[in-house]
Amino acid sequence: MEIPYTVEARKDTGLYNAKVGIWLFLASEVMLFGALFSSYILLRVGAASGDWPAISLAWPHGLLNIPIGTFNTAVLISSSITVVMAWASLKMHDFGKFKLYMGLTLLCALGFVSIKTYEYHEKFTHYEVRLQDGKIMTGHIQGSPMFWDLKTLADKKITALDFHPDAAKHGAKAGEAPAAKEHAKHAPIPVGEITYLSAFVPKHHTFFAIYFTLTALHALHVIGGALVMAFLWLPGAKMWKTDPERFTNRVETAGLFWHFVDLVWIFLFPVLYLL
Amino acid sequence: MSLKAFHLVFIAASIGLAFGLAVWCLRRYAESAGQSDLIWGCVSGVTGVALIIYGRAVVKKLKKISLL
Repeated sequence: MEIPYTVEARKDTGLYNAKVGIWLFLASEVMLFGALFSSYILLRVGAASGDWPAISLAWPHGLLNIPIGTFNTAVLISSSITVVMAWASLKMHDFGKFKLYMGLTLLCALGFVSIKTYEYHEKFTHYEVRLQDGKIMTGHIQGSPMFWDLKTLADKKITALDFHPDAAKHGAKAGEAPAAKEHAKHAPIPVGEITYLSAFVPKHHTFFAIYFTLTALHALHVIGGALVMAFLWLPGAKMWKTDPERFTNRVETAGLFWHFVDLVWIFLFPVLYLL
Repeated sequence: MSLKAFHLVFIAASIGLAFGLAVWCLRRYAESAGQSDLIWGCVSGVTGVALIIYGRAVVKKLKKISLL
């Protein structure tokens, strides 16, 4: 049985069916990401004023790596350009260039996910420590272990935590104004003095909960889009020989999804990293 | 909407982001006089201009492809 309207447009919609399908899907995606963006904005404007972590309900600033985020944004914008080049190459019947540009798009997708993984690792090895005297610090544990808490310290029978605090801004006592940017002294902290220890994981703070939800969902979309494009680049490319127009439409549909994913990041980046 | 039209929308959003980032960096430079903020601000501005030139080239090159 032949599937209708894979190449020619339907009279009622004026489009081939896959294009109608992908736009309906993207409309549902707008609602998904729109709801999460709304959640972020409500959490952001509802946060307490003051400096985190001295005021635990305040919104953390400056915890994300802006140069890396900017570089990742450039990688995604480049991938959108290459995916359009790949599609345009097929329109011009240049299959060799399609292979080249689609390969570059996949490389960009791989680069984005790799950089995002590095960013996640940075967060999972970054800690907040609260001491009995009310002092609150952020920093790194010697050896950069991930996901430690007080239970981990007890299980490992650690008596003193080799902690490298961040700049004094994140080492102020509750209610104190941020001090000048100087690194606090590095000294082992007796575990008995620690009342709270947590890595920057989703349960640690509302900011991290919404940050990881939004960026992980986005990264899953990047991986999904990359898998589809990898199929079109390798085994799916056989269709070019038998049904070139239909193959070109498939690439266009994948490209539309990819552009949506990239557009989401264009909004995510300033909201999460800059504001 | 075709991929061509969506690409132009995307490039317009990217241009907005590039100039927005440039303004953000230059404002930070005005506050703290950090050299890296000045460099990032200039790079973002140049990227915005480059994207405008690219957008115009896309419109010209894909003239025959429908926006629908």
